Amino acid sequence: MIVRELELDLDAFEGPFDLLLTLVLKDELDLREVDVAGIVLAFIERLAARDELDLESCGEFLVLISALLELKARGLFPEEAAELAELEPEAAAEELARRLAEYRRMKNAAAWLRERLETEGARFFRLGPAPLAPKVETPLGPQEPERLAQVIRMLAVEPPQVSLAHMALRFPPVTQFLERFRSVLRRRSRFDFDQEVRELPRIEQAVAFLALLELRRSGEITIEQPAPFAPIRIARAGKDNRDEDERTTAWTLRSA
Amino acid sequence: MDAPLRLIASNPLDQLARTLEALLVVASSPLSVQELADAADDDSERVEAALGLVRERYAEGRSGIVLEHVAGGWAFRSAREAAQACARLFEKPAQRNLSQAALETLAIVAYLGPCSRPDVARIRGVSADSAVANLVERGLIAESGRDDAAGGAIRYRTTPLFERVFGLESLSQLPRLDDVGADAEQIRERLHEVAEKRTA
Repeated sequence: MIVRELELDLDAFEGPFDLLLTLVLKDELDLREVDVAGIVLAFIERLAARDELDLESCGEFLVLISALLELKARGLFPEEAAELAELEPEAAAEELARRLAEYRRMKNAAAWLRERLETEGARFFRLGPAPLAPKVETPLGPQEPERLAQVIRMLAVEPPQVSLAHMALRFPPVTQFLERFRSVLRRRSRFDFDQEVRELPRIEQAVAFLALLELRRSGEITIEQPAPFAPIRIARAGKDNRDEDERTTAWTLRSA
Repeated sequence: MDAPLRLIASNPLDQLARTLEALLVVASSPLSVQELADAADDDSERVEAALGLVRERYAEGRSGIVLEHVAGGWAFRSAREAAQACARLFEKPAQRNLSQAALETLAIVAYLGPCSRPDVARIRGVSADSAVANLVERGLIAESGRDDAAGGAIRYRTTPLFERVFGLESLSQLPRLDDVGADAEQIRERLHEVAEKRTA
């Protein structure tokens, strides 16, 4: 499996992984909008679909995805990266303390909300969707009853009969073609199958071909086709025509 | 029996007060004075005066229905004394099982909002995605535009439902968050100690 060709279908991006990387590196796609977990899922699904564990792909994927994650993490905290790297330890400590204090305040606020929830929990009230604003009606222009009748008439026509002709195919019996080919071979020692059946409908051509195979099986003919889709040439079996005649006669007698 | 009736009927605002009662009993969310005035086809000042009358009638301890000023409007709610009975029949899906993470996120959005998920993540130090999604689903916060910065992360603010659930007339009723004082000082000192050790 080639990691770069991994097809992705994310909210922010749709296409191969490789293109995503390119767009991100060119700053044409904001990584903050990309759901990296979605990429990992896509990869794991792809991996699960294959039976064997492709360690090389896994390794490559890990490297790429971790780089992507690092980029994204940096993108999420842009100022911070710059700020904290340049800060003196003392200033950094100050900054951290400020942030911790901010978090503490919010934690206290959360505690207040929880308390409030308990004290206000005894209040029940009706909830529902916002009431619907009255709908603006778009009035139709004046209409002719005759036109309406016209349209109804148009719609009320009997639907066209659907042809069911193809449902019941009629096959001519194979024997019909057996006879036909034998009579041809009585007149001529060889003929061209395609020419012989050219006029027939497709289904009859198929039956004719079956007859051909039948004749070949009983050794009455030889079949030649120089190449696939080339014309099929049929010839009476054996060089000796008399033999052939005898056999034909014998057959005719038997069948009679 | 006759006397109190005549007393109520003699108040010139009584007719308007009854109309307001009707509007409020049908409403499923708080109605502002303006909305009430428009619907009752009366002026805001008279509506406010009439609301005072209705509020007196539907006061805690006097009636099972209580009129309250909440989320920037007026709404009926149950009396507190009926809470247990209500709880046996009705759910409170918006506020049931709010996690600590969700409450902290809610506090940040309420105090600093509109703010984005990265804003919340910066203060809490962990991803806010699931907490935010959870609060949106409960209807306590809602999207409110995007950040101006590149990428424009979606910003969130609290909804009127938030104010209603927490019984606030408006966000300005949130208590002032004073600095945490001693706690913060301690943290600061300890951090400075660490910083000195590193520079030494």
